[in-house]
Amino acid sequence: MKRLLALAAAATLALSGAALAQQIKVGIAAEPYPPFASPDAAGNWTGWEIDFINAVCAAGAMDCVITPVAWDGIIPSLTSGQIDVIMASMSITEERAQTIDFSDKYYKTPALVAVARGSGITPDAAGLSGKILGVQTATTHADYAQKHFAGAAAGIKIYQTQDEAFQDLVAGRIDATQADSIAVDAFLASEAGQACCEAVGAVADDPEILGAGVGAGVRKGEAELLAKINAAIAKVIADGTYDSISAPYFASSIYGD
Amino acid sequence: MTGWLQPHRVVMIALALALVLWSAFSLRWDWLAEYAPLMAEGIWNTIWILVVTSVLGMLLAIPLGLAQAAGPWYLAAPARAFCTVIRGTPLLLQLWLLYYGLGSLFPQFPWIRQSDLWPILRQAWPYAVLALTLSFAGYEGEVMRGAFKGVPRGQLEAAKAMGMPRLTILRRIWLPQAVQRALPTLGGETVLQLKATPLVATITVMDIYAVSSRVRQDTFIVYEPLLLLAVVYMCITGLIVLAFRWLERRVPQRVA
Amino acid sequence: MNGLITASGLGPALDLLALSPPGWGGNLLRGLVNSIQIALGAFGLGLLIGLLSAYGKLYGGPVIRDLLAVYTTIVRAVPELILILILYYAVTDALNQLLVASGFARIQISGVMAGIAVLGVVQGAYATEVLRGAILAVPAGQIEAARAFGMPPVMLARRITLPAMLAFALPGLANLWLIATKDTALLAVVGFGELTLETRQAAGATKAYFTFFVAAGLLYLLISLVSGRVFAWLERRARRGEPGAGGGGR
Repeated sequence: MKRLLALAAAATLALSGAALAQQIKVGIAAEPYPPFASPDAAGNWTGWEIDFINAVCAAGAMDCVITPVAWDGIIPSLTSGQIDVIMASMSITEERAQTIDFSDKYYKTPALVAVARGSGITPDAAGLSGKILGVQTATTHADYAQKHFAGAAAGIKIYQTQDEAFQDLVAGRIDATQADSIAVDAFLASEAGQACCEAVGAVADDPEILGAGVGAGVRKGEAELLAKINAAIAKVIADGTYDSISAPYFASSIYGD
Repeated sequence: MTGWLQPHRVVMIALALALVLWSAFSLRWDWLAEYAPLMAEGIWNTIWILVVTSVLGMLLAIPLGLAQAAGPWYLAAPARAFCTVIRGTPLLLQLWLLYYGLGSLFPQFPWIRQSDLWPILRQAWPYAVLALTLSFAGYEGEVMRGAFKGVPRGQLEAAKAMGMPRLTILRRIWLPQAVQRALPTLGGETVLQLKATPLVATITVMDIYAVSSRVRQDTFIVYEPLLLLAVVYMCITGLIVLAFRWLERRVPQRVA
Repeated sequence: MNGLITASGLGPALDLLALSPPGWGGNLLRGLVNSIQIALGAFGLGLLIGLLSAYGKLYGGPVIRDLLAVYTTIVRAVPELILILILYYAVTDALNQLLVASGFARIQISGVMAGIAVLGVVQGAYATEVLRGAILAVPAGQIEAARAFGMPPVMLARRITLPAMLAFALPGLANLWLIATKDTALLAVVGFGELTLETRQAAGATKAYFTFFVAAGLLYLLISLVSGRVFAWLERRARRGEPGAGGGGR
């Protein structure tokens, strides 16, 4: 009993100490995005990006709280102060950089197109002509599809989560979906994905839209926090933590060139 | 009209005008021109979904109400259960169950994709229309039950005594009076239905709400599209209220 | 054939819904608790706002009355989803800018607090009309009698108006409570972890969309059936002093 009390006291102290050290709310998307971040059956968030966030926070001696917010409102959540940092596989694009500041990139993967097996669709405007393409709202893929495929495709469906776009690909309601290669690979490795679908390669690069890799976002003008995050990311990459985090998830490095 | 334009109201109207002017000039509206065609399409989608689901829902509500008010138990019990389930669960959940739940069953039944209905089934709007229709029927079915019960028994008995066939009684006496009784609530229910329509955006239907989210995503302007959206819905609500006022005036009321 | 599918489909479905991991039932229940918490908070806040606005509409000056009319009209005409988005982002933003401008640190509003505040404001508008109607239904003689005896206004409200109007208000309030529980589902759209979002996450992770949406539907249905009973009992209690009550006639 006494020990329990002591523990409780220690915990309270630790908590109040933490509160003093200025908690940083790291916003992730509340919609599952495996294998980067998804909730498990116990209600905990797991995935590569979660491990990476924890590593960065440890490296920067930051006291982070992972806070899920809706993906399509994640930038307003940052600017309105509900979160302090976005680390949600958000690509660094010029358009977003007008609203928020980005850290250095921490991974970069190509954009793949997944289709029903044997459909003969190619990842370009000609191949998608007359087809229905599904993309997740507020992503670089949605912007890319609007710019490059809107004229050719029979329709572009906007989903709240990438999971739901995959689900509709399985159901046959869409003919193709464009997403991050890792997300596509994870889907194709799943039971449902194996049964129905295949990847048909990356879309032609458009750096202006697809961006320069994924980075952490902070409110404009918070240079101190940004510098701290950049230093922590560099440290995580330099000391090998990055590779040891990635090993269980990916066969090859996702840092990109 | 006298007394309506009191000094404080003048001040309030002036304040409202100032607010409108301020938002017109100091907020960003440069995106409007580019997205105007898309918004028109979105408003049209919202309105037709509202009208179609309200009409279909009302048509479904009549037998639901009748079954509960006067049907034998084997009709009344399912009708009652239907209304309870629809009214007891969130529409968002019903919508997702119909769209993603049913969709997840498709791969198990390959023949669905070969059927002639597939080009319709693969689109999102049939699920939106179905979910909203069932929802409207569930709520209005409850209202119709009360309305059918509220028609004075004496009138029905009189009609029966005159030897009117049952269907004619329903058509000429019972139904018109029940609908007349339900009419005042119908306007309110239609406004509620309008307020439920933005949920269909979560299953990829491009209504006005979905269009405004797209503006938000494309331009990173947060508040202006939402404000405009609120105004659009208020205008449609106003139209609904006016339409029902007109409808109610056309239906003769006997004031005792 | 059909029986086979259900027989073979039910086992895995129950496994998925098991309360401890790897089942997702625990997540659903946590979401349910969050939903109920927010619904209770929003309903309470809505009652408070509704009561004040109802009094304002009945006894307030012309300015207060018109302002309240604007409030109830706007809230009842604009979809809850949009009000939630506006209040969730804009109001926290405005609050923080105000705080920063006046030299305070930004505050972070937890999802629960924001949810309660947003739904409370929406509920308040509907509660205003319900309570205003109920107060009007109290026989004027009772209130006048209390006034004639020199009862101060607060005591009059506490001892006469509020208890007497309760019976008239309860059916409307029961409806509002059900709306509150169902409106919590809308918070899923801003990423708050209540029942509907937990369900969506579980369904997305396991691809068992049908199972989880049906399970969540049953949980919501349970809430509404249980609260239906509770409100029926409350209404019986509130009406016990009335003549002819208990006779069974509705």
